[in-house]
Amino acid sequence: MSSAVETTAPRSAEAGHWGKEVRSDAHVAFEARDSGGVEISLESRVAPYYGSAILEQTREVLGELGVKHARVAIHDEGALPFIIAARIEAAARRAGIALGKRSLPEQHPLPPPSQKDRLRRSRLYLPGSEPKYYINASLHAPDAVILDLEDSVHRGEKDAARILVRNTLRTVDFGSCERMVRINQLPLGLEDLAEVVGESPDLILIPKVEQSEQVREVDRMIGEIKARNGIIRPIWIMPILESALGIENAFAVATASENVAALTIGLEDYTADLGVVKTAEGRESQYARSRVVNAARAAGVQAIDSVFSDVADMDGLRRWGEASRAAGFEGMGCIHPGQIRVIHEAFQPTAVEIEKARKVVAAFEEAQNKGLAVVSLGSKMIDPPVVQRALKLVERAKAMGAIS
Amino acid sequence: MSDILSERVELAHNAVGRAVPTMVNGKPQIPFLGTGKYQPRARKAAPAICSTKDYPDSGDKRVADLETALRKCGLRDGMVISNHHHLRDGDKVALMALEAAARIGVKDLMWFPSASFPSQKSAIELMDKGVIHHIEGSMNGPLGDYCTQGKMRGMGVLRSHGGRYQAIQDGEVHVDVAVIAAPTADFFGNADGSHGKSACGSLGFALADSIYADRVIVVTDNLVPFPCVPWQIQGNNVDFVVEVESIGDPAKIVSGTTQITRSPDRLRIAELVAQFLRAAGIMRNGFSFQAGAGGIALAFVEYLKQMMKQDGVKARFVRGGSTKFLVELLHEGLTDYILDGQTFDLDGVKSIANDPRHVATSPFTSYNYHGKGNFASLVDAVVLGATEVDVNFNANVVTHSDGRLLHGIGGWQNCLFAGCTILALPSFRDRIPVIVDEVTTMTGPGEMIDVVVTERGIAINPRRTDLLHAVMGSKLPIRSIQDIKGEVEKICGKPARPKLGDRPCAVVKWVDGTVLDTVWQVS
Repeated sequence: MSSAVETTAPRSAEAGHWGKEVRSDAHVAFEARDSGGVEISLESRVAPYYGSAILEQTREVLGELGVKHARVAIHDEGALPFIIAARIEAAARRAGIALGKRSLPEQHPLPPPSQKDRLRRSRLYLPGSEPKYYINASLHAPDAVILDLEDSVHRGEKDAARILVRNTLRTVDFGSCERMVRINQLPLGLEDLAEVVGESPDLILIPKVEQSEQVREVDRMIGEIKARNGIIRPIWIMPILESALGIENAFAVATASENVAALTIGLEDYTADLGVVKTAEGRESQYARSRVVNAARAAGVQAIDSVFSDVADMDGLRRWGEASRAAGFEGMGCIHPGQIRVIHEAFQPTAVEIEKARKVVAAFEEAQNKGLAVVSLGSKMIDPPVVQRALKLVERAKAMGAIS
Repeated sequence: MSDILSERVELAHNAVGRAVPTMVNGKPQIPFLGTGKYQPRARKAAPAICSTKDYPDSGDKRVADLETALRKCGLRDGMVISNHHHLRDGDKVALMALEAAARIGVKDLMWFPSASFPSQKSAIELMDKGVIHHIEGSMNGPLGDYCTQGKMRGMGVLRSHGGRYQAIQDGEVHVDVAVIAAPTADFFGNADGSHGKSACGSLGFALADSIYADRVIVVTDNLVPFPCVPWQIQGNNVDFVVEVESIGDPAKIVSGTTQITRSPDRLRIAELVAQFLRAAGIMRNGFSFQAGAGGIALAFVEYLKQMMKQDGVKARFVRGGSTKFLVELLHEGLTDYILDGQTFDLDGVKSIANDPRHVATSPFTSYNYHGKGNFASLVDAVVLGATEVDVNFNANVVTHSDGRLLHGIGGWQNCLFAGCTILALPSFRDRIPVIVDEVTTMTGPGEMIDVVVTERGIAINPRRTDLLHAVMGSKLPIRSIQDIKGEVEKICGKPARPKLGDRPCAVVKWVDGTVLDTVWQVS
């Protein structure tokens, strides 16, 4: 379980956020007591509508955490129930109470398991300490959402964020989006796994991977937690290479486990490691990106590109995405929902490509029907790799909705 | 006038089942009878006949200050004094007038602004001192709380822009003294809003008062030699002209730039609205639309503009509240005209001052229901907001769900007469669902609201089978309103219904002057 065992537990602590600028979050001040039962105070901008529901929920959560005596002050800014629960649990744990206990909100039915080679054009980053973005994330239809525990979460908020992300995985309907979690660098990332793997995320991103052993360590821990919880659906792994050494070990990392579904690159850290300036054209990372594509292909997994960080520059994003697809990547990250559509368009095969591929597929099917080993289109003979590529392209175009 | 605290209020149920007072501020009321049901057979109000003999031949109607002007107008206890909100939150003239009235020593005025703004919250002190008896006009923020906490001596009366014109024209409200802020004027009283350091665009909100009030004062900080052209307000209706240092704070009159929403969810709503107009075939050559200056509305205009360009479609006219986004449509040849009720940013003001295709309108031309038609019903599609909408498409725009006053009605009710009325709303705000079983305060009857667009999907009023058919087979997320409501309640939980008091503190008028609903005192 959590390694955050306190030797001298504080008696009072707080978690969450409140204030005029805060939306859809709650702040909980928790004071452990030795007697006197549970005393709750609530200030909420939605008090006339949900005041009594929040008080009732708070009592339930405290009950599940085994808290018998405490003073709990809640400032609610319109947080949804799974957020309130996460904030109460985080505050209680920080106060040294309820260690090893969880209060799990009612579970939303899990979506179907994710396929290893599913469409991964876009993954939308959702900061692990900003709950307001979660509930509507899937409306913008990225291929995946990625609940981030790493760079977007302040060092002092990691414990609260992983509880929030756990509750989010459990309750939020992300529609047909793949549910990804980016854990922290090891060893901190192992604590993240302990909290979130039980809620069956579809994929774990491991940051700053340099050695295949790091992947194996994560894979082992995921396997253990899955076994303990009776989880049989797959949980894929996407290592992020963010250093010169990581890039050099790309193939070893990609083949470290059969659960690795994709390999990706983090350009901010990589260019920093190289000591070069990151540009919108990305010439400085051309080698690294090619290396990732090659290693991923060699390992039979997807190559996924980094993010494009200027959210206002849609033309730059489109150029980056098109170049990225041409280089062999199958998708990239997005840091704003507005980027999703442009990315999807950039990673979509052109009408000419699709038409050509369909002709090849038709010729292949005709040859199959006739029992011919050789596929020919007009006067030309088509090589098997061309057929394979065409089959894959048509299948992808169908998944993207580009053809029916 | 008496205090409503000591008055027993008789209630009647109107055609939409709402309990409404039969008497408001001493005047008998007609409960809402249904849309288009109330047709008064009477003659319009008329001001007294004046004679040029009583006005200087030189045309110079200037007096030293507002206090002098109010004295000369014969302002006394219990009268109705009116102001207008074309300077929005930057207005200084309304408080200037009310404070001058206080200095004269008059009591129990009915203040009749076309809308009130947060910067006018010191009107509360004037109510506490007894200078103002009550307000008939939009109230929000501190003034709204003062009203809904039952502290106002009279009942608030909320009217649409068109309804305010109708009430003056029909004689329901007689304005004793109108004080009109003018960004430019001459000594004769001709006044214009589109020029001067305090330029705001149109002065349309003051038109009815200028025609029907007993006495009219024009207050300006930009006096030009006769003639002031164009004369949006005609000096022939004006009694006195007062020159002051400043009529308002330009920074708060118009914004430097109006901002499109950055919220991805709201952008999605805006795009869905534009896609709906395209899919339903409403966006076609020669069409017209109106959208406000809210973040979603502005984004909608941008999305629609892209689609109009793609499809080679041009509008005949668009209705403002104008902003730079409408001005761009005009400049890019995507509309022939802007018919503008008010102007929200500097680009809009510049355009209305210089471009003859950008035309100032008034509540008379645009919104008055007791006229020989109005522009609002000629508009093909209008995009509006609301605080709540219920499963029968009734909507609330004036109060929070807990009954506290939030907004005036503005042109909202009048716009419901457009060919296709669209409410563009997030499905919940701060965990509070926007789609409810029954709206707290009925501001618009559901029979007039055609489409509700949220980030979770588009609900079409089942009455509009034509629209349902028009978008059939499109990729739009068309859902029933109950379906969207159910999903949101699953996310947020079903909210408790806030308890409203049983004492009326304001009424909501329909466009024909009948009483649509009651705003109740909140504890």
